[in-house]
Amino acid sequence: MIEVSHLTKRYGSHLALDDLSFTIPEGQIYGLLGPNGAGKSTTMNILTGCLAATSGQVRIDGVDIFEDPMAAKKHLGYLPELPPLYMDRTPEEYLRFVARAKGVGDVPGELERVMALTQITDVKDRLIRNLSKGYRQRVGIAQAILGDPDIIILDEPTVGLDPRQITEIRELIQKLGENKTVILSSHILSEVQAVCDSILILSRGKLVACDTPDNLERLLTGGTALELEADTQPERLEKILGNLPGVTGLTVGETADKHAWARLETGKENLENLSKAVFFRFCDEKLPLLRLTPAKASLEDIFLELTGGKEA
Amino acid sequence: MGSVYRHELSSAFTGLTAYVFSAFLLLFGGIYTMAYNISMRLANFELVLQSISFLFIIIIPVVTMRTLAEERHQKTEQLLYALPLTMTQVVVGKYLALVTQFLLPVAILGLYPLALKLFGQVPMEAAYAALTGFFFLGAALLAIGLFISSVTESQSVAAGLCFVVMLLNYFLESLAELVPGTAAASLAAFGAIVILVGFGIYSMTKNAVFSAVLTMLALAGNLLVYAWRASVFEGLFASVIRELSLFSRFYTFVTGVFDWTAVVYDLTVIALFLVLTVEAMEKRRWSE
Repeated sequence: MIEVSHLTKRYGSHLALDDLSFTIPEGQIYGLLGPNGAGKSTTMNILTGCLAATSGQVRIDGVDIFEDPMAAKKHLGYLPELPPLYMDRTPEEYLRFVARAKGVGDVPGELERVMALTQITDVKDRLIRNLSKGYRQRVGIAQAILGDPDIIILDEPTVGLDPRQITEIRELIQKLGENKTVILSSHILSEVQAVCDSILILSRGKLVACDTPDNLERLLTGGTALELEADTQPERLEKILGNLPGVTGLTVGETADKHAWARLETGKENLENLSKAVFFRFCDEKLPLLRLTPAKASLEDIFLELTGGKEA
Repeated sequence: MGSVYRHELSSAFTGLTAYVFSAFLLLFGGIYTMAYNISMRLANFELVLQSISFLFIIIIPVVTMRTLAEERHQKTEQLLYALPLTMTQVVVGKYLALVTQFLLPVAILGLYPLALKLFGQVPMEAAYAALTGFFFLGAALLAIGLFISSVTESQSVAAGLCFVVMLLNYFLESLAELVPGTAAASLAAFGAIVILVGFGIYSMTKNAVFSAVLTMLALAGNLLVYAWRASVFEGLFASVIRELSLFSRFYTFVTGVFDWTAVVYDLTVIALFLVLTVEAMEKRRWSE
């Protein structure tokens, strides 16, 4: 459980975090989303005690990170944006050091458990310098989950990895999220959407939204629309759809492969009725429908809308 | 602390630093033992230690440069900040690892007087007193080197800076003698130092008013004392500098005197620079 209240961070005259408040319950995967420079890394650095805040409070499992950092850090595992690895050591040596520093150096099997979970057992005796980026990232994650902390904070864990490695790391995160609180930051929407239970959206140091991906979509989708495609000319399509009940707006056009498309705007409740009406109207006209889909705002749209659209 | 200590030590022995440290001291220790004790048939091992103490100018920068600067450069210091360790544990752990690396050649040098004793009379007390002084001198210089490594991100800058500081330390006494013994010259020298320290405070606090006021106060204090009794300043600068010199205190050991005040002074320097290092590390948590 993480409670953040009125967190503010200033770098000279630059306000990096502006009165941030949120609570993250246990056992969930939270995504911290925002364009570059929104304050994601700053937030994570403060949550983990690496950075001091200008004002505000952070409580990790009820312990204030500024007042009792030693106790609070015992609940935390942190993977910074650049994995803090010693290139001239092997993963095993490196993890042994971290385990000792965390006070779990004597726990039997802990190192093996973590290495197996992150699948780095095969490379444990190679120098970290010689490992691929994906493996280095895993060693970084292994370091974070050593000692079985309740809260795992990962700053852009998949950045710079190839698609297969991204999938593997995501699966690992989901596995961790089954019984831990995980916070991960990203500026990639699909990633957050794929693994997170909830999303926090940051923009210019402010928290602009905090909800589940579904709710965010629902919340920000004002009207609803139907999109359809038929094997005819746009003019005919416009005539057929012209006097349907409940339609608040109609746009028609031609697709690249000479089909006609239309977009019908309507109120939220009418979507199903409108679909039926469109279907029967096309039946009457003996015109085959090629496509009929409800259109809703994507998270991408929401993100752009909330963060001002420029830096995204 | 133990974890950092073990990690540092194993890094030093995996890499080259620990071996360079020992090899250098032992090579030159051997050469001077050959020259003084064997060729010239002198019984005093202290002279060897005095002669090789100049090596600190080179080895201290080499062994300390990467200690903290490299952590910052490689961003591994984030790990140190995130782990449940206090900065004191980190800094002391690293420092003790450095001292342990130094202890190895010192222990081997400690066998030389025993070996020499097989061939004649050797003043053992003087030899081991000098070795103790040598050890504390090195330990104090290591603390200074560690601090310098904590203020920069670049190993080479740390090494360069440390080299200059070691050089100054080594020649401090000779430099102090260049300042004329008159009261006015002493006053001017102190004034220059106060202004330098003022700039140092400004660069650390970025508070122009605070550092200016502090500098002014210190300068005014100096002037007041000078106006009150100028004779206080006569030769003061040179003697203060002589007192501050770590090397000149070590030379007392070489003359056969076990100087407890020198040990206490070295320990004070160690404590001061370790505290400064911890503060330098903590400060970064606030400003970056």
